[in-house]
Amino acid sequence: MIYDFLLKLTGSEIAAGFIQSLLPLFVFILPFALIAVLLERKVSAHMQDRLGPMRVGYHGIFQTVADILKLMQKEDIVTDNSDKALFNIAPVLVFTGSYAAFAAIPFSGAFIGSNIDLGLFFIVAVSGLVVAGILMAGWASNNKYTLLGAMRSAAQVISYEIPTILVIITIVMITGTLNLYTLSELQTGHFWNWMIFGGPSTGLIKVAFIPFMIIGFVIIYISTLAEVNRTPFDIPEAESELVSGYHTEYSGMKFAMFFLAEYANMFAVSAIVAAVFFGGYQSPFGYLGNSLGISWFIPIEQFFWFTFKGIFFVLVQMWLRWTLPRLRVDQLMALCWKYLIPIAFVNLLIVGLITVL
Amino acid sequence: MPVKTEEMILNMGPQHPSTHGVLRLELLLEGEIIKGVKPHIGYLHRCFEKHAEAMTYPQVIPYVDRLDYLSSMYNEFGYVTAVEKLLGIEVPQRVEYIRVIMGELQRIASHLVAIGTYGADLGAFTPFLFAFRDREKILSLFEITCGARLLYNYIWIGGLSHDLHPDFVRLAREFIPYFRPKIKEMNDLLSYNKIFVERTANVGILPPETAINFGVSGPNLRGSGLKWDLRRNDPYSVYDKFDFNIPVGEGRMGTVGDCWDRYFVRILEMEESLKIIEQALDQLPEGDVTSAIPKRVKPPIGQVYARVENPRGELGYFIISDGSVNPFRVKVRAPSFISLSVMDELCRGHMIADVIAILGSIDIVLGEIDR
Repeated sequence: MIYDFLLKLTGSEIAAGFIQSLLPLFVFILPFALIAVLLERKVSAHMQDRLGPMRVGYHGIFQTVADILKLMQKEDIVTDNSDKALFNIAPVLVFTGSYAAFAAIPFSGAFIGSNIDLGLFFIVAVSGLVVAGILMAGWASNNKYTLLGAMRSAAQVISYEIPTILVIITIVMITGTLNLYTLSELQTGHFWNWMIFGGPSTGLIKVAFIPFMIIGFVIIYISTLAEVNRTPFDIPEAESELVSGYHTEYSGMKFAMFFLAEYANMFAVSAIVAAVFFGGYQSPFGYLGNSLGISWFIPIEQFFWFTFKGIFFVLVQMWLRWTLPRLRVDQLMALCWKYLIPIAFVNLLIVGLITVL
Repeated sequence: MPVKTEEMILNMGPQHPSTHGVLRLELLLEGEIIKGVKPHIGYLHRCFEKHAEAMTYPQVIPYVDRLDYLSSMYNEFGYVTAVEKLLGIEVPQRVEYIRVIMGELQRIASHLVAIGTYGADLGAFTPFLFAFRDREKILSLFEITCGARLLYNYIWIGGLSHDLHPDFVRLAREFIPYFRPKIKEMNDLLSYNKIFVERTANVGILPPETAINFGVSGPNLRGSGLKWDLRRNDPYSVYDKFDFNIPVGEGRMGTVGDCWDRYFVRILEMEESLKIIEQALDQLPEGDVTSAIPKRVKPPIGQVYARVENPRGELGYFIISDGSVNPFRVKVRAPSFISLSVMDELCRGHMIADVIAILGSIDIVLGEIDR
């Protein structure tokens, strides 16, 4: 494991733990955000008959780097009547919430920041911190638009956590674990062992699970989409209504923090979906490392597959964003409370019955 | 202790992404529910009507372009119709046909902006860019005709500034089969999208009686189910020679006169405009387009009111002449101005998000409202 390796290398537990906790940020989140922002702009551009960024580097590949340099140079404006303390804490808190989620995400068998038994629950719970940050940002800016955006966001994120958790409970009932490492190991082998295809169970039960797993997947995908405020659920930052919601008053690096958190979050929720339903870091076809007999190659392959699955779902999010219009607040709530939660409940009940049988 | 609640006033605009220009809406809110809307206008006031009094009649035309900058051709069309009526001159048939072709192309371009920005207001950004891509083709057609893409100064009193470019007829004919499938694409992407329908159906219902009482016209009136179109009801130019339908709102997705109906009437109208352009290109007569332009425009003492069906509704010009080369008074009946006045009626009881949906559906242009 990475921790043991670092321990051997540095000889100090504190240093090893420190380096390990920073790894996802520098190895993953920052490069991912750089790539994802560019990807989003390019994907949307090509969907819309445009070219997108073309000037900075070949086909604009350094556009995000240029943007970040610009954001760092910008003046950090704090409005006069804002609540300064909260205004400064809010972006940090939002970023912390999405960063902390990466601690439990199983990138590969050898690299999980913290292999805790409550991994799944930890991610869901720590994402809740984001809501506090958003509310703070909205309140502290002392602006009606930001306040409205923050309130909408809080209501939305809290509501949509319920169907997410209901679906996760369904999975837990089948697998009996909340540990993401164990969960991924259970789905090993080929892709028909993934939870979406009934998981590791066999025979008739496996076949019986499939339709309910697909329903569960659709529900969790919709609700995670809402949790990260992406279209069609981007109501908190509805550009045409609320200018840009809770982060309207932010500029410079604080704005960049919100932006970074958004993209980190996009990957985090995609990672949950991939880990729970699509075999986590498991390869769909078996490992090259196994057939070649190179054991150290397997974690690298696993890292590749996990990132691949995560980015695939991020791309689906982008695709939806540039295709669909936005729902209205009450319609959004109706979708959650009138459709997703009852369906998730029934799904839970049926899966429970099948498990008992 | 009872909790004291009070209504909140929210100023939407003048710097707001979806007020379509510099409009300020004063919203009286109870939570997110609208209790009243007060539009504040005048941020784009340019004294057009006063300016016009100091100009000679032909000099007014470039100013007219800037009223409703999304349908400049039609503004010129309306103005010259009024002045020609005052002068009592007949214009050659070719001129009339070219005016109709330009007017209908302009209608499509204008509706494309209306539809595209409406999608953008509701969060669908891609239809907006698709609409602008197609509008670009029309602007290129205008560009080869008169050199300008937005403000043309093309339709002159008694004629046109230039004849058509030799390639124009071919390019316009190519545009029609190019554009027809794009309407279908827009329908697939936006019109029948479940979320879009949810956002617009049964929202901002304008009953026909209210529409008539406020004087609403154009697609907004037809969206309420009334078959009223000046091209048919009070034909001007050569519109009586074409075969086209007048689409009206039928309440296909909700109630008659809701936002979706107003939106869809525009989609259907683009189809009808294509039909008119097709027929006009077929019938286009030969002739000189500048022969009837008067050397000196000096109408007799009198007054005139002429109206045309602009993409946004009934555009009327009331002109008083005192017999000199300058008009004594030019009054514009701006369709957007009248459509905006019905906002309060439409918005009450809806939510903030619906204000955007309603404002987008009545398709206003601030340049025309503030003049």
